[in-house]
Parts: sequence; C-alpha cells; structure tokens
Amino acid sequence: MPELSYREAVRDTLAAAMRADDDVFVMGEDIAEMGGSMGVTQGLFDEFGPERVRNTPISEMAIVGAGIGAAMQGMRPVVEIMYEDFLTLSMEQLVNQAAKHRYMSGGQLKVPLTIRTQGGAGWSPGAQHAQQLEAWFVHVPGLKVAFPSTPADARGILWSAIYDDNPVIVFEHRLLYPIKEQVPEKIEPIPLGKARIVQEGTDVTVIAIGPLVHRSVAAAKEAAEDGISVEIVDPRTLQPLDVETLVASVKKTNRAVVAHEAVTRGGFGAEVAAVLQAEAFDWLDAPIERVGAKFAPLAFAPAMEQFVIPQPADVLAAIRKTVGRGD
Amino acid sequence: MLQNVHSFRVAKVEKRRALSDERLRGFLREMLLIRRFEEKVEERFRAGELPGFLHVAIGQEAVAVGVCNAMEDGDVFASTHRAHAHTLARGTHPNALMAELYGKLEGCSHGYGGSMHLYDVERGNLGANAVVGGGLPAIVGAGLAFKLRDEPRVAVAFFGDGATNTGTFHESLNLAELWKTRCVFVCENNEWAESTPGWQHSPVFDDMSKRAVAFDMRSIKVDGQDVEEVYDRAREALEHARSGEGPVFLDVETSRMHGHYIGDPQVYRSKEDRDEAAERDPIVLLRERLGVGDEDWDALETEVHEIVEASVEFAKSGTDPQPEDALKNIYA
Repeated sequence: MPELSYREAVRDTLAAAMRADDDVFVMGEDIAEMGGSMGVTQGLFDEFGPERVRNTPISEMAIVGAGIGAAMQGMRPVVEIMYEDFLTLSMEQLVNQAAKHRYMSGGQLKVPLTIRTQGGAGWSPGAQHAQQLEAWFVHVPGLKVAFPSTPADARGILWSAIYDDNPVIVFEHRLLYPIKEQVPEKIEPIPLGKARIVQEGTDVTVIAIGPLVHRSVAAAKEAAEDGISVEIVDPRTLQPLDVETLVASVKKTNRAVVAHEAVTRGGFGAEVAAVLQAEAFDWLDAPIERVGAKFAPLAFAPAMEQFVIPQPADVLAAIRKTVGRGD
Repeated sequence: MLQNVHSFRVAKVEKRRALSDERLRGFLREMLLIRRFEEKVEERFRAGELPGFLHVAIGQEAVAVGVCNAMEDGDVFASTHRAHAHTLARGTHPNALMAELYGKLEGCSHGYGGSMHLYDVERGNLGANAVVGGGLPAIVGAGLAFKLRDEPRVAVAFFGDGATNTGTFHESLNLAELWKTRCVFVCENNEWAESTPGWQHSPVFDDMSKRAVAFDMRSIKVDGQDVEEVYDRAREALEHARSGEGPVFLDVETSRMHGHYIGDPQVYRSKEDRDEAAERDPIVLLRERLGVGDEDWDALETEVHEIVEASVEFAKSGTDPQPEDALKNIYA
C-alpha cells in the first residue's frame, strides 16, 4: 500500500481519471505549469498538456460556466476554484445554472461537473482566503457537496465525484494537504452519501467534517483520559447525507456533538442537529452541542484567527458538556 | 439606422442574395407562425390561462428564423427569457411549446421550466435562461467540448443588449476568443434592457460591435429585420466558428414591437419609438419583398391560424403534473 499525502491523493486521482478517460480534463487559475496555488496539480501539465490541463483567466463565472457547458456535452470537467472564497464569484453559475439545468429541462440534461476548491484558516490568510462556505451549497437542491478529511477519502470521493452525473463541489482544506496515510494500491471509489466511522466509542458521538475530524480525534484522546469514550463519525459527503449512519451512532451513544470549522450560526452542524433531534429525540440524553467558528470574519493576526476558529479544546468542552461533566 | 464600424475586425458586409423565393417564403411562414403564436400567448395570458409571466418576441422574428435556419443538425444554443421564437424556429413543435406554457407534462420542459426555461435537447436547445447573461458561459463550454473532440459543431448564444453589461458576457467572450471555442454570440440589440433604453445602459449602445472589438473577436453587423441578411450573416459566422478559426459576434439590430413582458404598459417609451419599431416589422418587409398577394397571404394566415389553435387545444388537453412530480429530476 502506497503512502500518499492528501495533496498527492487528489493529484493521483485526477491523473488516473485523465488517463482512463479522454472526457476528463481540468481547468482553473494557475493550475498548469505552476501546478496550482496549493501545488495539487503539479506534474499534470507535463503529462497531459495544455488542452487537458487548462490555465484559465481569472474569470470564475466563465470557468464554472464553461465546465457546465462541457459537462452538458458529456465531458467530465474538473474545475479548480483556487480559494473557496472565490466561489462567491461563480455563485450564479453554480446555483442558478449547474444545479438547475437537469430540473428545468424536465430531466433532459445531465451536468457531470466536478468543482474542486480549498480554504480554511490556521495560517493567517485573512478574511477573504480562509472561509469555510460548504453549508451554502448544501442548501441548493441539485448540487452535491463533499468534504473529505483524509488522503484515502479524498481519492475515493473525488473519483466518485468525477464519475457522478451531477454537479459535485468537493471541498479540500489547506491544512489537510500534508497529511499522509497508507492508501489502497488501486483507487477504491467511495459512494457519495456514505459516512465513515473514524473511531468507535460508547458515550458520545462527534460528527465532524474536514479539519475538525482531526481536531476531534485529538479531543477524544483527552476525553479518554477522563474515561469518556468518544465515537467520531465523518459524513464525508454533506449532500447526500448518510443520515442512517449518523442516527445509528447517536442511538448507540445517546449524545451528540457536531463540529466544523465554518461559522456555527447557520452552519452545516445546525442541519445535522435538526436531523438528529427529529430522528433520535427519544434516544438523546443531552442537548446536541455545536462546535464551529465564532460569528466573526477571520482576522489576520494569528491570535485573533485562532480565537475565532474551533480548537480541539472546544470539541473537548462540548464533549464534556454532553456527558454532564462541563464546567 | 445601422452604424458603420470603423474597425478592421468587422467583416465587410456584401449583399449576396442567394436564397430562393421558395426558401424565403418558408421563412415568411415561420415568422408568421411565431407572430401569431406570440399573439395567441398574449391573448391566453390575459385570459388568465397561463401562469408565470411571459415575454414575447414580436418584432424579433427574423433574428430567430434567420439564425436558427442557418444552424446545422448537432449545433446547440442557449436562449434568453424571450425564448419562444428561438425555440419554434429551431423546430420544436408549437404543441410542445404551448403545452409548456400551460405547465403540462407534454411541454418541451415537461412542465418543469416554463416560458423562461424552454429546453429541447434533441434539437440542440440547451435552455432558455431567466438570468440575463446567464447562458453565455455554458455555450463557451459547449464550444470548448466541440473543439476538444474536434466535432464540426457550433454552440450559439442568444442574448440582448442588456446582457452586454453583465460579467458573464465579458468573461465568456474573453474566454471564447482566447481558446477559439466554436461559438457564435448573437446579440439581439432591440435597444431596450427591460425599460431602460440603450443610451442609459451602455456607452456603445448604438454600436455593440465595439464590445467584440475589445476581445479581438470577429464581428459582423446585421440588420435584424431582414431575415435574408440574418440568415446569410449567420451562415458566415457559423462556418467561421465551425472551421475552428474562432468565435464570431453577430451584432444584430432589431426592434421589440411590444412591451418587455405581456402587460407592460411601456410608460417609459414614446409613441414615436413604438411607431418606428412597427415600421420595421420584419414580416411586412419580407411580404413586400416577396410580393405576396392577398390570396396567398390569406392562405398562409389560415394555415398558421390552424396550427396555433391546435397548439392551444393540445396544451389544454395535456396532462397536469402530479404535485409530487416536483421531487423528480433533481439529480441524475
């Protein structure tokens, strides 16, 4: 089993899909010779050339829209949006066009488009390069949304996204790129809508996405020292959501924490909490706790940035609160 | 009325009248069908039978008929909120269009789209768009796919002068020219962006070719009320794009004879402006040119009338979707 970083896992998947299928191509800003602002597409230009690894102008509306048009002709474009903050520029194309062509045409069209983007705080990129906006897209029928947290998941989910016949937005996180793990020799597609139990436990379920999966693992270690057994579930895809696995876990542990780096208010955790109380109310022994960023833009100064985003200590505090051992 | 553009990028327009009278009579019939269809839509809307709100293309029939007849099988297009004419001209049956306006399953979008979201993928209609300028980027992408697969097909975007102020317009033309995608951009300049006249919304409203010049894109000026000229110039543009030499901007001057939407009192528009539009009625101009006498005209009217009436009958007897059908077709 090869060991790949998260960054290498994404690159490996793009290359494998492009080798397997002439209809797959990638486009985005600075992705060719430079290899992308995060280095994810390094080497692809050399192997596949400028027709299939397309450097674009700084035109997020046109890049996403061109992806939509090529996808409607049966190609499988993968568009990189350099920072997810820049998804705001392509919002119209994603929300009004990509998400709705199939529906408005009464089922005549498919839009097999994949959008890859990344973001996240923790390195002082400031308020316009660090947001976590995944929840916005979960609100739009017609889009699928994924947020893999490990190299193996990044590989299997990106492959499934490319071969899905719907527009899929795959969120990556800046701080996850160097994380390494052993991955299967051959890419194993992970169905969109299938959660992963990161670790089993009995006292409380932490449902976490992206970097919060790792911060929750750290928190769970500390909780274990207090004798609290934490189960961690990573939904991996936010839409469709594996409600069954989440609910089964909560029915087992009777307590739940939802955790993401995005702002808590109106975040994806709010949706999960609502689903859990509807599906597992009688099993819950404590209110569901939400962990996320404070309601503030992300400041540049590291001390302010770190204060706003959720830390392992915040997850731990939420865990302790649900089991009645909070302060 | 038409301005000359002093730019080397603008192709010389030479009048070559290659179409037979028979072909032009066919165009006349299509244009009259669109006109009477649109008038029927206005009538049925006012009678309260049609939900939503609607935009008719009365006055702009020659653009639709000229461009759509110049397209080949396999070519695709994106339309606008004013989409009925493009859809009919590209061959969608009036029954399927009228059924869509009535919200029936037999409609060309099966009741999911409506007037502003007409689709007919089999005939290359990739969708009418209710977001001004919203359809252009996907047309660039379709033209890119044709290029990457080396298919002799062209993707056509219809849009109005109002759309030339949107970001999607500028980003799309830039990308299309940069990548030489197989696209034709048809700017239907009726000099009204809803209620806002050209002079209030664009510094180049009287010469939209300047927009294309900014992207180094080949541009052709067209009198949109002359269907033969539209057809000729569209052929030229399509062949250029098809050959892979690059996209073309068709700067089409046309006239919106009615309001922005059905029921628009046009309080913002002078009588003179409306009269001027009526004087450039493309159907009257073509009839005069072909010298169609009263007897032939009446026969044509009768034929078209029957088709339009039949479409209303078809639509009214169509199938209403079940409410829960709303949950279908969200994902493939």
